[in-house]
Amino acid sequence: MTDKTLADPKPTRDTTSDDKSPIARRNFLLGAGTAVAAGLATPADAQQPRPAAAAPAAPVANEPEPFVTLTAPEAAFIVAAVDTLIPADELSPAGSDCGVAVFIDRQLGSAWGGGAKMYRSGPFHKGKPEQGYQLALTPREFFAAGIAAANAWTRKTYGRDFDLLAPAQRVEALKAMEEGKAEFQNFNARAFFGQLLAITMAGFFSDPIYGGNRNKVGWKLLGFPGLPATYADKIDAYRNKRYVAEPQSIADFS
Amino acid sequence: MATKLKEVDAVMVGMGWTGAILARELTKAGLNVVGLERGADRNPAEEFTLTRLRDELRYVVRLELMQDNSIDTITFRNAPDEMALPIRRFGAFLPGEGVGGTGIHWGALHWRFLPTDFRIKSVISEKYGAKAIPETMTIQDWPFSYDEIEPHYDRFDKLCGVSGQAGNLRGKIIPGGNPFEGPRSNDYPNKPIKTGVAPAMFGEAAKSLGYHPFPLPAATSSAAYVNPEGITLGPCQYCGHCNRTACEANAKASPNVNVMPVLRVEPKFELRTKAFVTRLIYDKQAKRVTGVAYTDMKTGEEYEQPAGIVVLSSYVFGNTQQLLLAGIGEPYDPKTGKGVVGKNYGYQFEAGGEAFFEGREFNPFMGAPGMSVVIDDFNGESFDHSGLGFFGGGYISCTSGGAPPIGGRALPRGEPRWGAGWKQATAKWYRCNTRFNTQGSVYAHRDNFMDLDPTYKDALGRPLLRMTYNGTENDHTMSRFLVAKLEGVIRAMNPTHYEVHHRPKNFTIVPYQSTHNTGGTMTGSDPKTSVVNRYLQAWDAHNLFVQGASVFPQQHGYNPTGTVGALAYWSAKAITEQYLKRPGPLVHA
Repeated sequence: MTDKTLADPKPTRDTTSDDKSPIARRNFLLGAGTAVAAGLATPADAQQPRPAAAAPAAPVANEPEPFVTLTAPEAAFIVAAVDTLIPADELSPAGSDCGVAVFIDRQLGSAWGGGAKMYRSGPFHKGKPEQGYQLALTPREFFAAGIAAANAWTRKTYGRDFDLLAPAQRVEALKAMEEGKAEFQNFNARAFFGQLLAITMAGFFSDPIYGGNRNKVGWKLLGFPGLPATYADKIDAYRNKRYVAEPQSIADFS
Repeated sequence: MATKLKEVDAVMVGMGWTGAILARELTKAGLNVVGLERGADRNPAEEFTLTRLRDELRYVVRLELMQDNSIDTITFRNAPDEMALPIRRFGAFLPGEGVGGTGIHWGALHWRFLPTDFRIKSVISEKYGAKAIPETMTIQDWPFSYDEIEPHYDRFDKLCGVSGQAGNLRGKIIPGGNPFEGPRSNDYPNKPIKTGVAPAMFGEAAKSLGYHPFPLPAATSSAAYVNPEGITLGPCQYCGHCNRTACEANAKASPNVNVMPVLRVEPKFELRTKAFVTRLIYDKQAKRVTGVAYTDMKTGEEYEQPAGIVVLSSYVFGNTQQLLLAGIGEPYDPKTGKGVVGKNYGYQFEAGGEAFFEGREFNPFMGAPGMSVVIDDFNGESFDHSGLGFFGGGYISCTSGGAPPIGGRALPRGEPRWGAGWKQATAKWYRCNTRFNTQGSVYAHRDNFMDLDPTYKDALGRPLLRMTYNGTENDHTMSRFLVAKLEGVIRAMNPTHYEVHHRPKNFTIVPYQSTHNTGGTMTGSDPKTSVVNRYLQAWDAHNLFVQGASVFPQQHGYNPTGTVGALAYWSAKAITEQYLKRPGPLVHA
């Protein structure tokens, strides 16, 4: 994510101080209010189509990107959540700095987020857990409802929205959701956390073409070489020996 | 009103493995064949390409090649007294859609059933007494023997360019192969895929315990190979992306690569995609299916396609649903035990584990299913079940199919799932863990069946198929036995840390487990206890031939596709050599 570029205009950021200014971040996300919702608060340079030649292989990690579907409060929640699930340390920048919030936004705005390939006819019954997902909500709607329920719960429990909590409180709040101890109104906190964690991990580890895993940080963390993954000539040579390669993604071959 | 088309000699309902094989065999016999496929065409030249396929999010997570549940799904419940609810997105199993069907995204683990599997009810009765089989266990003998099917197994092996190490060549036990397998008339077409580091450790450990490890047979060609259709395959690139994806190297077998290129240039064959067959048109008096009704999903137009022969070659669910909708065969009633259509639904009872070896380098992203090592000492009736409290079994493997970054990460239990600690643990364990699987059988039970759902409908207004399934005490006991054996081998591998996973008490439709659904239109020697005869010809419609794993009377401890392909050739031979000469029932009840 990119909001911190405004909160902290230095071109190179100390990623280890990631969680220090949640208020400033929120001010960016919420401050312009309707302007953000209308997509007008994006810095002018980000609205210009980027000529492909201007940014060849060099990633533009800090460049702001507008959201396609998340509202300002939703974006603030998602940024805070992914930065808590994937905090900055020596192994990687924080989740939003790896593009994970942008990834989630794009996914929720995709056909998948709109419920493509999903059976959506009623009647709707809760069913047993063995019967799987039975809500009428698309993934986009599920996250909208889940974020609203999570913020309502943190307001009740901590007196403020999730993204305004101190880092330690965010961890505590997410743990409560994970363990099903957070009591959301009319929404399953544990199911919501499960989906939030799943989409965060997908964003951290998928090909960077989808907006996450920026600079292939997720793949570097694992030692995953990415493409082209043709190893017939390497199986024997690297038996019991680590195969190290600078990871390559789809864009590197395009 | 539906437009009635000109009659053709044969029509295929579904163009996966069995549709492609039957279409090929029938056109070779001179018939004009139409292949109807409800999904899209999937042409390897366009779709099975790099960089496209190296996209875990698209294929593995968002299920690019799988059935569109907004059009059609099934409903599910654990027991007959529960209300079934629709599976809104497939999870536990993932039927494919489009040309190639589930044969594109499979893991290509290529097995034969044991000779004793084909007469399992008789073998158990002979060994343990007629009363040994519980009344609720509705297993049946197959109406043919392993020896009868073997030449067709052999043909399908060659079509797929299977890689493996024979263990029983015409009765001679070959060291390094599976000594428990039935005799094969020929060696595998290709040498085994190279064994992975962790599976090799598993093999050593298994050997030290007196078991018989061998490389897992896989329909991924280990070297360049020309199959009998003249198509050049392989070699496997060990990319680690087999599962849920296609193969750009033409190494992993699929209908699209191994058969379709021949059909696409065959003048007697016509492929119609986005052609959703809604109904078999059944003339009950004449005991014939006169054709099929389908909807063109591009235009919404409805058509009737008359045909001399109808081959039902969709997935297990579609096959069973079509027969129930058309009223072909008596629907199964679990209360009375009467009826056959929908009876003996089966699944694969998988469990497993993981082991972590601190400091080792497995390069887990280099993967191919055939890199796995297996022991088959505890499958079917290859071992004595006296006093064990169950029948059945399965193979046990150390797998090496690749470790894509979103779904291929494992952590020891107790490690955090997120946060700074999670990152450290992930960096530490990703490259040095390995996984294990037990491929358990599912022996049919009276209460596990399929029928039509009374409430939910598909996009074309047809009732959904309803699945009623739960794991049985027999199968749970079997699975715990296999996992205990697995645990013994893992311990002998001396890992830093390991864990094993048993199946939950109730079957649940998430997360993913196996796409080995079976039964519903089972084959047998008596129309009272089966839907199709030994040639997969419907007892109640002599020009209808039902293909695929829906004809399995129960599921054995192996992946089903090897047997599905073999039975397609077996059935095709009966059609071309017997039925075409004298159309009518091939077996008289």
